Amino acid sequence: MSRSTLTQIGHVARRSVVRTMRQPAQVVPALIFPLFLLAVNSAGLQKATDLPGFPTNSYLTFALAIPFMQGALFSIMNAGTDLARDVETGFLNRLALTPLGGAALLTGLLAGALALGLVQATVYLLVGLIAGASFAAGFGGVLVIVALSMVMALGFGALGLFVALRTGSGEAVQSMFPVFFVFLFLSSMSLPRNLIQTDWFREIATYNPVSYLIEAIRSLLVKGWDGEALGLGFGIAAMIAVVAMVAASASLKTRMVRT
Amino acid sequence: MMTQPEGIEVERLVREFRKGPRAVDGIDLEVAPGEIYGFLGPNGAGKSTTVHMLTTLLPPTSGTARVAGFDVVRDGPQVRMRIGAALQEAALDPFLTGREHMRLQTAMHGLPKAERVARGAELLARVGLTEAADRRVGGYSGGMKRRLDLALALVHGPRILFLDEPTTGLDVQSRTALWDEVARLARDDGVTVFLTTQYLEEADALADRVGIIDHGHLVAEGTPAQLKAQIGQPTVEAIPRDPADRDAVAQVLERFGERAGASPKGVSVRLRGDESDLADVVRALDAEGISVEHLQLHAPSLDDVFLAKTGRSLEGAGADEEEAGGDAGETEAVAA
Repeated sequence: MSRSTLTQIGHVARRSVVRTMRQPAQVVPALIFPLFLLAVNSAGLQKATDLPGFPTNSYLTFALAIPFMQGALFSIMNAGTDLARDVETGFLNRLALTPLGGAALLTGLLAGALALGLVQATVYLLVGLIAGASFAAGFGGVLVIVALSMVMALGFGALGLFVALRTGSGEAVQSMFPVFFVFLFLSSMSLPRNLIQTDWFREIATYNPVSYLIEAIRSLLVKGWDGEALGLGFGIAAMIAVVAMVAASASLKTRMVRT
Repeated sequence: MMTQPEGIEVERLVREFRKGPRAVDGIDLEVAPGEIYGFLGPNGAGKSTTVHMLTTLLPPTSGTARVAGFDVVRDGPQVRMRIGAALQEAALDPFLTGREHMRLQTAMHGLPKAERVARGAELLARVGLTEAADRRVGGYSGGMKRRLDLALALVHGPRILFLDEPTTGLDVQSRTALWDEVARLARDDGVTVFLTTQYLEEADALADRVGIIDHGHLVAEGTPAQLKAQIGQPTVEAIPRDPADRDAVAQVLERFGERAGASPKGVSVRLRGDESDLADVVRALDAEGISVEHLQLHAPSLDDVFLAKTGRSLEGAGADEEEAGGDAGETEAVAA
């Protein structure tokens, strides 16, 4: 990769981070909303730990994996809305008139989602630590959680870019958020899959990739080092990232039709 | 086709959109190096579509266009290196400051790190935004945004500048300031300017030559003076203070030209000479002891040219086309 391309990526990334951090309406809900749900769930569902076979006696520890997934879903909206605004305002045309390459543009734009993902992961971990959650895999596990959060933010951020480029509309990107949230609620978010008694729900949760992203993080909090869970989690997150980046790149070629 | 390293040459340029009209329908034009070319037309006429094609943002359906000596289809990157563009609606990020915009734009154009800050500061100063440079653009006025837009278009020292309706929505003061800067760029720096506008006075005041586009067709082209001359000579209308003097007024005015249509109380003639004949008309009326209530010189305007070429007034043409969906068609098409 040439020096000028790196410079371009750096500047697009810097802009992405700066504009993200200057929009409290983007940053605050992405931090507060998942923590609010964590507080409600861990207080209201503590009794679930009495179920035979529940993997921990702390529902807070069990549920701490959920905010990381919710935070990743916010990446869709944040990255996508910003790019859609660039399409709507013509800023993308401004960039298209420079020697900026498409890959550099997408990479730079995702930096904002990654920066927010890093802030989110740090805050969730600190709040979990303060609230008394346990970290079965220790400090190394914490680093792996942060790493997986970053890959998830990358993947879902790229999904947001794809939707923004396909539709060119901030409203369309925002309308995707509840759709993706359905995936979260139809996962093993609230109970381990083997304890879900409703057959159709368990079946959906088993086929829902979001379950494996949550379970990978949860394994580090509850069980320690679980190669299978981590492999599935990182594999699915990476697959989402690759597919979304390919789709976003293809859409960028259609959207940025410079000769 | 002749190749001009700092000019623009367009031959039979066409852009069609799916399920839409031909937004640009076979236009031919040439812009000489250092010239300010005013591309005048109502909303939906095809101005922005033409600019998008010439700036490589939209491939033409057919025809050819060379900008700075390079073909806009085959040599897109070379064209982009040599042009600057401020497209319709200043495309700025409300969360960044003016200085941050300059930093981003200079980096995107590959200016060496050592030059970026100085170049940004120089251009901000040139457009009068030094004091506002560290404020977020979301708080800028429309005029400030347009000036920043212009500065951003100039960071890499382009030899050809495309300005798509740069003063739409601006107050008179901001508009005049922008005109001054554009005129200075052409006069002092030799920059070729392709300017689209729906304002007659803008084309008249700024452009060396004007092309009038309507429904995708170039319906007239020339210097503002040439275009007005095609319409005819100026007219003078006089209304006597005493209606009984109307015949006497007519006799005086007919010494200067042929009778033309006038209001019921007045007399109008199309001058054989030019606007300077008005002083002689006044002296002649005075010499005959005729007192006039109203005396008006009407020089042909570009609106008259537009009226003569299209059968409609430019002022109302855009509204007609918006009602007919013409503007929406172009907007949708350009975004597609």
